[in-house]
Amino acid sequence: MIRIKCPYCGLRDHSEFNYIGDATKLRPVNPEVANDDEWFDYIYVRDNPRGVHQEYWQHITGCRSYVKVLRNTVTHEVLKTGLPSDDLLFSYEAEK
Amino acid sequence: MFSKKNKQQTRRLSSGGLINRSKPIGFKFDGKPLMGYDGDTLASALLANNIKLVGRSFKYHRPRGIYTAGTEEPNALMALRTNARIEPNTRATNIELFDGLEAKSQNRWPNLFFDFMQINNLAGPLFTAGFYYKTFMGIPGWHFYEHFIRKAAGMGSTNLARDPDTYDKKNAFCDILIIGGGPTGLSAALTAGRSGARVLLIDSSKLLGGQLIWELDQIDGRPAFQWIESALEELKEMKNVTIAQRTTAFGYYDSNVVNAIESVSDHLPTPDPHSVRQRLWQIRAQKVIIATGATERPLVFSNNDRPGIMLASAARRYVNQFAVKPGNRVVIFANNDDGYKTAVNLAEKDIDVRAVVDSRTHVNQFWKTKLDKLGVELILGSAVINTHGHFGLTGIDIASLSSDQKSIGSQSSFMSADLLAISGGWSPNVHLYCHAGGRPQYEASIAAFIPGVRSQSEYPAGASNGAFSLIDCVTEGTNCGSQLATELGFSKTIFSIPKTDEPTVTPIKALWRIPGKGKKFVDIQDDVTESDIKLAHQEGYISVEHLKRYTTLGMGTDQGKTSNMNGHAIMAEERGEAIETVGTTMFRPPYIPIAMGPLAGRDIGQSYSAKRKSAIHNWHHENGAIFVDAGQWLRPQYYLRNGETNTTENMDVAITREVQGTRGNVGMVDVSTLGKIDIQGADSGEFLNRIYTNGWTKLAIGKARYGLMLREDGIVFDDGTTSRLSEHHYFMTTTTSNAASVLSHMEYCLQIHWPDLDVKISSVTEQWAAMAIAGPKSRDVLEKSIDEKNLSNEALPFMGVKQISIDGIPALIFRISFSGELAYEVNVPADYGEYVWRRIMKKGKTDNIIPYGTEAMAIMRIEKGHVAGGELDGRTTPDDLGLNKLISSKKEFIGRRLLNREGFIDPNRPKLVGLIPIDGKSRIRTGSILVKDPNASLPMPKLGHVSSGAYLSPTLKHPISLGLIKGGTDRIGETVWATSPLHGETNEVKIVDPVFYDKQGERLNG
Repeated sequence: MIRIKCPYCGLRDHSEFNYIGDATKLRPVNPEVANDDEWFDYIYVRDNPRGVHQEYWQHITGCRSYVKVLRNTVTHEVLKTGLPSDDLLFSYEAEK
Repeated sequence: MFSKKNKQQTRRLSSGGLINRSKPIGFKFDGKPLMGYDGDTLASALLANNIKLVGRSFKYHRPRGIYTAGTEEPNALMALRTNARIEPNTRATNIELFDGLEAKSQNRWPNLFFDFMQINNLAGPLFTAGFYYKTFMGIPGWHFYEHFIRKAAGMGSTNLARDPDTYDKKNAFCDILIIGGGPTGLSAALTAGRSGARVLLIDSSKLLGGQLIWELDQIDGRPAFQWIESALEELKEMKNVTIAQRTTAFGYYDSNVVNAIESVSDHLPTPDPHSVRQRLWQIRAQKVIIATGATERPLVFSNNDRPGIMLASAARRYVNQFAVKPGNRVVIFANNDDGYKTAVNLAEKDIDVRAVVDSRTHVNQFWKTKLDKLGVELILGSAVINTHGHFGLTGIDIASLSSDQKSIGSQSSFMSADLLAISGGWSPNVHLYCHAGGRPQYEASIAAFIPGVRSQSEYPAGASNGAFSLIDCVTEGTNCGSQLATELGFSKTIFSIPKTDEPTVTPIKALWRIPGKGKKFVDIQDDVTESDIKLAHQEGYISVEHLKRYTTLGMGTDQGKTSNMNGHAIMAEERGEAIETVGTTMFRPPYIPIAMGPLAGRDIGQSYSAKRKSAIHNWHHENGAIFVDAGQWLRPQYYLRNGETNTTENMDVAITREVQGTRGNVGMVDVSTLGKIDIQGADSGEFLNRIYTNGWTKLAIGKARYGLMLREDGIVFDDGTTSRLSEHHYFMTTTTSNAASVLSHMEYCLQIHWPDLDVKISSVTEQWAAMAIAGPKSRDVLEKSIDEKNLSNEALPFMGVKQISIDGIPALIFRISFSGELAYEVNVPADYGEYVWRRIMKKGKTDNIIPYGTEAMAIMRIEKGHVAGGELDGRTTPDDLGLNKLISSKKEFIGRRLLNREGFIDPNRPKLVGLIPIDGKSRIRTGSILVKDPNASLPMPKLGHVSSGAYLSPTLKHPISLGLIKGGTDRIGETVWATSPLHGETNEVKIVDPVFYDKQGERLNG
């Protein structure tokens, strides 16, 4: 069991959430201009890091918000959570 | 014959113990009726009845007796209860005795005293580590031997009867969870509780107090039980403290979640009415104090497994807690002070304790004086090197031990004994600490592993932290409870630490094995001997994790509670390395064996998964519907009429009737299961434009449009109709199966890609009941049913939407068609769904309206060549499905960018076609592979596959299918073969246009 703090609902069990995936990949802002490599990277290329990972979870049986989660993939420790627009890694490092 | 009464409970002391002598309890062991007392465990009652032999060992079928008095018991495993409630491998030491209890010994045939398989003991040298791998690897016929080998080895067996009991789950939250209600846990609960923190104290026993229950310790000059009583009194007064008894924490998981099993009714013959057998607790805590105590270890010497050999602390416990005399002639063998405690305790109860054999060369004066006074011989610097007896211990051999403990003196002396109490030291119960992620460290001063670095918020304290003296336990507990409460922001409380009266301790001297011939058991449950470990080392298994798997050390139901430390230390000696270098295996949940029942809880049978029923379900049920699972939904598949039984023939009759009735007159189908999403906001049109492939900005109010959604990688995701109800209000439908994923996808787009768009969406699937009315007479029937009677082509054209009322009920009516007929879809608030359905059925009676199910619906859509689940299989592009006309070239949308990649524009991609069997009657299985020549050599080149099919088109009078084939509609007129090798079916099929019926769409207008 992992417990995740939803920015709107507070600390909840992970069974209330759906795991979505890597939150570091951003959809090309200008889809027409982005080249094939950028699209390939956005759609298919995902790192599988050992350690800190920024990812999306959706609070599916709660408020349905997408929550950004900074998680340690080794220990499953949830280091930080926030809104999709937050850069958790940056603020986590800054706080350290 | 002697009377039964005299024969029974011959080993019961005349006074003392925490048993209720006025409440005798009758029970049966291997069919034999026996008596015990309230407060007994099954093990203590067996010992009271002088029953020493309780089981046969796992591999060698050696006679075994009760070895411990607690959860760590490796030997006394019983099949408890009978019939459907039978439970194998329960530990007799943990079973509270109840009236009518029936227990059977295991792993023996035909009985305990004459066990056929004891021949394995003589054949001993054969069954060394890796025996099965070595013997059966490479010999054919494992499937033949396996049955016999599994029967000969192994533990108890159960039956397949359904468990008649119910199980429950409970969620708990607290600031501080304290696991273990011994001196440490109680002390922690007192200080944490006084601070005001929410405290949950759980303990696996019926009685709180842990080891203090049965030790003779004093606290503050009073017997320890008085201290326990006053602690409990205080705790029970505190509203912020909850105590759960008979509740065992079995796993420590991420985020400080601890799971425990509460044995609600295990101490009763059957659960009370409306009560459960066991309950799973899922506890979410901010801080967790692990006060789980320690487990005593045996010593490893020749024939150390005979009935009559038990842990020194267990002997004390049987005497003090249960007033049972575990032996008449007792010898103690120890490498630490615990043996002295037992010797003095037993001797003071007038039990004949003959000697204490201590492998160390000195002990402090306190114990020497005590033994002297009680007339117990003290044999220092020596070891028990062998034992005698078969079904019970009769005597032991003692010899002196060299100073390096590697050899024994040539002279040995025999001593008669029926109980040998052994202590090889204590191992802190670090299991939960390990579950939390911790790696224990070796602590030489106590010859055991203790918790190291903290990985979550777990705080081991007391004996589980390696602090074995009572004063250390209460001190650590008191401080820990106070400190954690303060850390959590609760008020600091003033406390004093109680006083104890304990002798100083002479340190343990590690002794991992005693030289000598004969089987020296390390893991007594799995029959792993010291020579197995040596052999494993010789064969190159030097890691403890490999050792475990090769020899099965610690892999029994006791998970090596008494054996791991000894086994790992022996491996370290073999390798000539320090124990800290060799390390210990990782403990994983569960700490105790747990049943599946509480894990499943109530989520079994019908409650395993939610069943979703549409608002019109009752009508379907009353009118002959045969239901089919569509995800969680139950949908009418077809309707049988009076007198029709549910046979394949009648199913065909029903489906034909429904299709012909709809195409001939009018039919109605429940489409409430379609996903419905309400979309509002100023940018709704723009949003639809970005998620659908076709254009949406010009959709007029009161109009519907068919839309196609792609995944970001260009694959078709879902389709459906979306209507514009007002300027900024749209109503979307999705397929039944994708309803949830489409909603999540849209939320993802809105929250992550385009948070700037002013759009709000909400699932309204369950708020609306939906029904599609199709057929040439659908307009007539609907006009009779609704309040506003005009549904002409001008008032409601094809793809038009209107907000109307039906008998005063607000409704949405859409002129859309899945069947290809003149058709409408009516949506009403779900609460009115059944009423409106009944009204339309009634009004349509004279027009011969017929309800139709998913089969008829699917056939009619295949006749029209509409794509559905079989075609939207996560591999197809819009072009594959002939939907290119829905791809707008004038705008950006999700999935557009990757549509033109090389693999997607390959002319050889399989594309949608219709298929008809050449013979006009063969049923073509969905999933069949399409090939040019069914006799071609393997691997046969594949042209495509059959994606969906109707075994019978009542309209066309022959089977029809849809499929995807290389070349697509360019191949119309060709014949190929549809083959399903799994079923041995091969049929020749003709490729035709995917629209089988009314290609011009004239019937849409009625």
